[in-house]
Amino acid sequence: MQRTLHGEPVKTINRKLFRDLQGTWGQALAIIMVIAAGTSTFIMSITTYDALVNTRDAYYRDYRFEDVFASLNRAPESLLEVIQSIDGVDKVESRVIASAKLTVEDFSEPILGQVVSIPDIGEPSVNRLYLLQGRFPDSVRDDEVILNEVFANAHQLVPGDSLEMIIKGRLETLRVVGIALSPEYIYQVAPGAIMPDFKRFGVMWMSRDAVGKAFDMDNAFNNIALTLQSGINAKDVIVELDLILEPYGGRDAQEREWQISHRIFKSDIDQLEQMAGMFSSIFLGVAAFLLNIVVSRLINTQREIIAALKAFGYSNFDIGLHYLGYVGIIVTIGLMTGLAAGIWLGQALSGLYMEFYRLPYMEFELRLSILTIAVLITFIAASVGTLFAVNRAVKLPPAQAMQPEPPAKFRKSMFEKLALFQSLPQMSRMIIRHLSRKPVKASLSIAGIALACAILVVGTFFRDALEFLIDIEFGLAQREDMTVVFTEPSSRNAYYNLMNMDGVLYGEIFRSVPVRLVNSHKTYLTSINGFQQEQDLHRQLNTQHQAIKIPEQGILLTDYLGEILGVNVGDEIELEILEGRRPVEKLRVAGLVNQYFGIGAYMNINSLNRMMREDDLISGVYLKIDSDYEQQIYDELKDMTRVANYESNRHIVQAFNDTSAEMVYIFVGFIFSLAVIITFGVVYNTARIALSERSRDLASLRVLGFTRGEISFILLGELVVLTLIAIPVGMLIGRILSWYMIQEIPKEIFRLPLIIEYSTYAISATVVIIASILSGLVVRNRLDHLDLISVLKTRE
Amino acid sequence: MLHFDNSMNDNIHDSTQETSPVFRTLGLTKIYEMGEVKVHALRGIDSELYAGELVVLLGASGSGKSTYMNILGGLDRPSSGEVYYGDQDLTHATESELTEYRRQHVGFVFQFYNLIPSLTAIENISIVTEISENPMHPQEALELVGLADRMDHFPSELSGGEQQRVAIARAIAKKPTVLLCDEPTGALDSETGCLVLSAIEQINKELNTTTAVITHNISIGNMADRVIHLADGQISNVEENPDKIHAKDITW
Ligand SMILES: Nc1ncnc2c1ncn2[C@@H]1O[C@H](COP(=O)(O)OP(=O)(O)OP(=O)(O)O)[C@@H](O)[C@H]1O
Ligand SMILES: [Mg+2]
Repeated sequence: MQRTLHGEPVKTINRKLFRDLQGTWGQALAIIMVIAAGTSTFIMSITTYDALVNTRDAYYRDYRFEDVFASLNRAPESLLEVIQSIDGVDKVESRVIASAKLTVEDFSEPILGQVVSIPDIGEPSVNRLYLLQGRFPDSVRDDEVILNEVFANAHQLVPGDSLEMIIKGRLETLRVVGIALSPEYIYQVAPGAIMPDFKRFGVMWMSRDAVGKAFDMDNAFNNIALTLQSGINAKDVIVELDLILEPYGGRDAQEREWQISHRIFKSDIDQLEQMAGMFSSIFLGVAAFLLNIVVSRLINTQREIIAALKAFGYSNFDIGLHYLGYVGIIVTIGLMTGLAAGIWLGQALSGLYMEFYRLPYMEFELRLSILTIAVLITFIAASVGTLFAVNRAVKLPPAQAMQPEPPAKFRKSMFEKLALFQSLPQMSRMIIRHLSRKPVKASLSIAGIALACAILVVGTFFRDALEFLIDIEFGLAQREDMTVVFTEPSSRNAYYNLMNMDGVLYGEIFRSVPVRLVNSHKTYLTSINGFQQEQDLHRQLNTQHQAIKIPEQGILLTDYLGEILGVNVGDEIELEILEGRRPVEKLRVAGLVNQYFGIGAYMNINSLNRMMREDDLISGVYLKIDSDYEQQIYDELKDMTRVANYESNRHIVQAFNDTSAEMVYIFVGFIFSLAVIITFGVVYNTARIALSERSRDLASLRVLGFTRGEISFILLGELVVLTLIAIPVGMLIGRILSWYMIQEIPKEIFRLPLIIEYSTYAISATVVIIASILSGLVVRNRLDHLDLISVLKTRE
Repeated sequence: MLHFDNSMNDNIHDSTQETSPVFRTLGLTKIYEMGEVKVHALRGIDSELYAGELVVLLGASGSGKSTYMNILGGLDRPSSGEVYYGDQDLTHATESELTEYRRQHVGFVFQFYNLIPSLTAIENISIVTEISENPMHPQEALELVGLADRMDHFPSELSGGEQQRVAIARAIAKKPTVLLCDEPTGALDSETGCLVLSAIEQINKELNTTTAVITHNISIGNMADRVIHLADGQISNVEENPDKIHAKDITW
């Protein structure tokens, strides 16, 4: 027989390892599941993240997504050459972007169309289209359009179908010739909206000639998109571009970073990465803890075996390796399962994202470095969990380890001196005494279960926060049923006309002008809305959600805008109006408005008109209507030349609910399974270890005449106490993690309040309790089959 | 049953009585610190064990027999004093030197058997033979203790006495130079006890293995070359036994 060197496999000792695994398969399986859940979440999120980033970058590059963009009032086509000559500019595309009311057959509600021009001949040099179906419009015809895919799908429009566009009261029939995607509208959302509504907002492309004719923009453009040569600083180009566009009503040019579709897409991708980090660390932390308690327990029951092995001449290294082997097998199986599941889930999730964002293709690629990281992190977490226990085991001098472990030491804790404890029945006292004897282990068990609860809270709180936001913004702030926007600032007559319509109950006028707000070097481009002093429908709220009166003097800012500009109530800011005579004024900030989405400035409509040096003009009206007349009002508004757009708050809320529900349901099943796995892993392992540590005591009690129910109470009561402590802790952790999650959302779009409903807490607690009860039942089953004789016979 | 085949005998070195001691201890003391209480397990033991001799250690419970044997076997270190295995200083040996020493030279039979419950009888032996240089075949060791037919049984399927015999087979299987047995017959009836003692005796004789046996049974002292009496951590008496008898003739 050959002598075995360190590390060389030893047959019999390996057989012991497999038998140990067999003997603890339930616990090993629970840990394998936790590790698999952790690695698969990690791999899934990271590969999806990678796929999205790669796809996005390739898509942006191949379809020449704009690096810089700007809108303006109107500039002659000749200006293009000047822009092209700016240092560092690569490709430039001048465009006309305009909105129009649309009608689609069988859909009676208002639709806002955004018409984007494409060159008469050839493809756009910036923001190219990915044509899915059909062809580009024929330049000699001016009624041909390409639809953005989401909009076309929402109405089941295909090439050959037609739809109607109303410009200046004229009805034009458009023929759909193609369906396309664009890097510019990955996330198709109406200006100022928070959620996409594919039915009621649609982007479409028409040839430049056709758009020019329809919107009086012949040989002129109102939007410019450009790409930069590599290595060029966008800021420098923007400075020059702003100077060039200034005389043409240019609004500040912006970097791609601020493009709405890009920004939302990016924040979604970033959240994925954030989730990958957060969830994987939770799982690996729990796995490390579980490995630690299971291996510690295994080693404890085997201390005499370890002593014997050492007595025969096995070295510390051999023995350490042996137990690490046990851990290694569990970790490897968990890891392999997790990797396989993660890759599969990653592909599935990438597919979902691709579907959701209508990406033209997906560059799914599994980076070797990600696999390596997953393997390393998992093994490191596992080692941290077990090395300590293994080290303790091998350090024990064999002669000492040979002695049976001294009876567990008990001391009366502080708690036991309380009168309350004295009045508890003996069995409850045992529970408390056991828990307080190993406070660290009990705390870690609590932490593990708490994290399961926290995952549930984080996974589902978004809906609460969004619902709260909708309740406040559409229930208390924007209480109008409908918003009507005129094509241009109009006189009060426009208001009276609306008020005379059947079914219109009440209206509130507003004036809206684009503005650049300046506080020293900080600027922000937005619009000022002028209101009357007392608003009943469209209201501004303070932090207590009470309506604020529009002050006679001064300006109100969205609270977040105050933050951006670094101004507070009482400070003065500069307003550069970007319309009409373009006056520049200084105003005092009269108050801050508590607003969960959107950014704006608000002032008295009369003061605003005075500042503009214009008559008593209005941009639109907020309406309260009789819902019986809703359809009739839509039909009338559609045909009103003066009306550019009208939208109903009911539809906004509905679209919101649909989108958020879809998001939540995909996610919820996943989150629930993760939480159940963690809870089961922790509770089951804790219970099994408690059972193995105390089966002798419990069997003795059975012999003394205790019933199965009573001994179950003693053992499982411990778990009940742990779970009940863990739940509130988990809710708190969930709240903290939720807070961390919402920090990642771009604030200029949403400022999600940290609102978590009781129902969310209740559901989280329920899931944890059910998982806990199930694991308890599994252990209870073992407890009921406790073999009294064999338990009492074994020496421990 | 109790006999070696010739190939085994080739390995056995000459069994002439040597005068140099295999073990030498000088002022061996062992103090266990249990919180504030100090337990003096050994209080200065000077002793010598000679090559090939069979020594029986007798003494009351708690007198320090196991402690003494554990130190000889390199399982524990004295608090003070010195212990030598031949020329090798076990007192100051490193952890890995002690491991190597146990692996190559020592066969243990523990008071509480210490079989590995997840391994069968034969596997409990091969786990040791696999790491020693010149062991006998595990099955052969089991035959020596009369348990060849139970080799695939797990410890839980064996009686206490059978487990003890597996433990002895495990200790002798590596053909150790010293065999240390802590109450090898503690749990056995006299008939099985004789079987076990005969196996030990045979190893001692045929392999010239220096053997120490701890027991509470005074009549076992009859098979020893010497009987060392321990009392309260000290050697109280050493008896030479010139007319030792065979294990099989012992009765109790
Ligand atoms: N690891 C230890 N920690 C503390 N005290 C110990 C330890 N091991 C042994 N002792 C004490 O040292 C003394 C000698 O113990 P030892 O085991 O050597 O006695 P023994 O002679 O083998 O007794 P027995 O016949 O009961 O096996 C005893 O009082 C014992 O309690
Ligand atoms: Mg003893």
